[in-house]
Amino acid sequence: MKNTFIGQPMERREDMRFLRGRGEYVDDVAMPGLLYAVILRSSVAHGRLISIDASAALKVPGVHSVITAADMPGGPPIVPMRLQPLPEFKPFEQPVIAHDKVRYVGEPIAVVLASSVAIGEDALEAIAVEIEDLPAVADWQTAAKNKSVLFEKPGTNRSLVFQARKGDADAAFANAPYVRREHLRTGRHYGLTMEPRGVMATWDDAAGKLTVYGAAKVPFFNRRILSAQIKLPVESIEMIENDVGGGYGARGEFYPEDFLIPFAARHVRRPVKWIEDRRETLMAMNHAREEECDLEVACARDGTILAIRGEVHTDMGAYMRTNGAVGARNVSQFMAGPYRVPHVKIDSSLWMTNKTPVGTYRGPGRFEANFFLERMIDMIAADLGIDRIDFRRKNLITSAEQPYPIAHVQPTDARDEYDSGEYSETLERALKEIDWPKLSKLQGKLIDGKYHGLGVVCFIEGGGAGPKESARIEVNKDGTLSVYMGTSSVGQGVETVFAQIAADALEVPVERIHHVYHGSTAYVSDGYGAYHSRSTVMGGSAVLDATNNFMATLRQAAGKRLGCAESNVALDIDKVTGGGRSMELSEFAELTAEGAFLNKKHTYSYGAHVAHITVDARLGRIEIVDYVVVQDVGRAVNPLTVKGQVLGSLVQGLGGAVLEDLKYDENGQFLTGSLADYLLPTATDFPNLRCVVLDDYPSPINPLGVKGAGEGGIIAAGGCMANAVANALQSFGAQPLQLPLTPTYIWELVQAGQKQAAE
Amino acid sequence: MTTKFEVNGKQVSVDVEPRLTLADCLRHELRLTGTHIGCEHGVCGACTVLVDGEAVRSCLILAVQAEGSKITTVEGLSSDADLSPLQKSFRKHHALQCGFCTPGFITTAHALLTEEPDCDADRVREVLSGNICRCTGYIGIVEAVLDARAAYKK
Repeated sequence: MKNTFIGQPMERREDMRFLRGRGEYVDDVAMPGLLYAVILRSSVAHGRLISIDASAALKVPGVHSVITAADMPGGPPIVPMRLQPLPEFKPFEQPVIAHDKVRYVGEPIAVVLASSVAIGEDALEAIAVEIEDLPAVADWQTAAKNKSVLFEKPGTNRSLVFQARKGDADAAFANAPYVRREHLRTGRHYGLTMEPRGVMATWDDAAGKLTVYGAAKVPFFNRRILSAQIKLPVESIEMIENDVGGGYGARGEFYPEDFLIPFAARHVRRPVKWIEDRRETLMAMNHAREEECDLEVACARDGTILAIRGEVHTDMGAYMRTNGAVGARNVSQFMAGPYRVPHVKIDSSLWMTNKTPVGTYRGPGRFEANFFLERMIDMIAADLGIDRIDFRRKNLITSAEQPYPIAHVQPTDARDEYDSGEYSETLERALKEIDWPKLSKLQGKLIDGKYHGLGVVCFIEGGGAGPKESARIEVNKDGTLSVYMGTSSVGQGVETVFAQIAADALEVPVERIHHVYHGSTAYVSDGYGAYHSRSTVMGGSAVLDATNNFMATLRQAAGKRLGCAESNVALDIDKVTGGGRSMELSEFAELTAEGAFLNKKHTYSYGAHVAHITVDARLGRIEIVDYVVVQDVGRAVNPLTVKGQVLGSLVQGLGGAVLEDLKYDENGQFLTGSLADYLLPTATDFPNLRCVVLDDYPSPINPLGVKGAGEGGIIAAGGCMANAVANALQSFGAQPLQLPLTPTYIWELVQAGQKQAAE
Repeated sequence: MTTKFEVNGKQVSVDVEPRLTLADCLRHELRLTGTHIGCEHGVCGACTVLVDGEAVRSCLILAVQAEGSKITTVEGLSSDADLSPLQKSFRKHHALQCGFCTPGFITTAHALLTEEPDCDADRVREVLSGNICRCTGYIGIVEAVLDARAAYKK
């Protein structure tokens, strides 16, 4: 039986319910006596909140009540940060509802509770809100002037500067024979989930118990936030994770609504449900990515990278949300990517603006960093007369250098190192897969009205954040087993993956793992959740520990009952044997054991993207002819789902590379409030994509050898597409320095090239 | 007002407000929660159901407009016993992750394959381009639909 399931491309057990319309997402849960919450949001980007008059709304038949900050004794609670909770960020954290100022279009002002959503929406229009306009800060450059400040107390719009440091970059630049400096920027994206967010809360007055449905990603942490805000012990709050329609880093963080809805349920002593609509989610859920940088790279004449130095500016939006600092932090630490860079100096400024606040979106800061450096590498290789692939080969970190120390970031003092891998192997494999030597003669060629271009980039993906994850194994009444997890599902297939790991460890058929429960706070003593590509790394390793503890517990119990030494007890599918006797496993129903995995190091999977594209210079239109991602994930527990992660995240990345951009005007008015404005990839956009998943270099820092693998597809897509466009349009001297690569932008690059040629 | 139509082979009569969409009616009045709502402005396709055999966005029509028609939701294309050939193909090709958009893809693909069991990859992509999936990148979905064609050939 040993090790039968890990490594197999197993079809997912989750699919049986999803394919038949039997998933249960939060809006699918019905509850008698329900009130529906609808939220009045600010239509002003920056202003002083003078008054809210809900008297007319309260007269609308079917309206139960209207909740504002005035209903919260002591003022509205603040949502604390989950990651990098630095004291510097405190003044910039978000109150759950506006009370003195509004700072972005979409900020909650009032909550209407009504007998239906439609009636609630009718009532919104009857609420009179007076706001005194203040000058809007609609971009980081305006923020940096500090003329109009979002927060009077700190008096500055810059909440922090992260400093990534390694070696002595200034000295390296002073002596460098070659330096190139560029200004690059990425668009504003968001981890758009197909299921908008939702929260349903019930309050049991007699038991003093609050139950919150719609939890996702980090329910245990969110329960602690809610407990402190609503002043109930954590034991009095149960968070229930329903099926979750996508996460991508954005879903499941603690948002204002995660307080407002439970508060409302307790306030009116009725169950309350809130389901976000699409327009709302575009302006309420975390934004991400909008980063701009001045980057310098110093090289020897032979193409050896000597140092990188630069300044990054992130448009943070109006508040420091739970994980809002991650992107600005990561972009500084991972600017060097998978390359050997002895000297690093990156200053990353976080600027508060009158926009929807940012949080993490799959590959936070990494997508941006990859685009910034990889775009420059192509330009530098051309300057130095070195083939751009040879340039990368020369600088990629080798396995002999592992573990490789990377830049540390102040003030969080996060010292970190890459764990394992021979990075060039993925590059070579990708070049072979796409047949680079054959395609290379097409570079820049005009064929049938389209210019052909090739792109190539290498990437590193971090995963497996600690400090801990928990799992528990229990015998069911029928003698099957259940696995209970502290991690969450955001749709990535963890039920299948954890069942594979548990079945292998217990040496039982995978069908004996009857169910994998996850996400809700009742299942294990302490859970951490699904972020930083950590579920398989941390959760999977916790399952291993739980199976060990489970077998020890079972041996102890069975040894007594079978009258044999514990060491002689064995589990044989549905039987427990020992001393020549046998019992049914079902006789041990409810026997349970918990396990945990503790780890502070990170896994680093890595790989390469190569693309063959065409560009129609007249229309600015890009088509992908072939695109290959090669990623080494340490060990693939389920190759089917790993490939799904790589290709799925790749298409998200291509969306960010060519389509997606959340736009505001100079008054902070939001311009992209529908899916007709914020463009997502559809089935016709990117048909020709492939991936190869390798597991040649297991991670040395966890017992499974696995590495986080959910983000490698997205991280390098922007850099690869931009390099391919530059390569295709080389006859125009086009050098894309911003994303997305919209038709307009490409057309502008072509026009500029033609104008320059004419002069 | 009262409106009558057939859902998954059963006659139903519901008393609805004129402004109620078919999607909300199916989900909240008839408790057929397999039909999902992702955008409410006709872009994402998660709410796609079959109305008299044609794929229709149930967020863009009112319940009262369904009067007299035959509606099939994802539940109507499913059985307790086993997955349908199309559903099996989705599972085999890992054509879903979070599952939220899946019912809309199943209904859309079912309508396509019923009408055009010989369609090619370009046609599949063209028809599916009205449905948004944020997890899979569509690769597995297109493979799954192509692989399921055989089951629809008469």
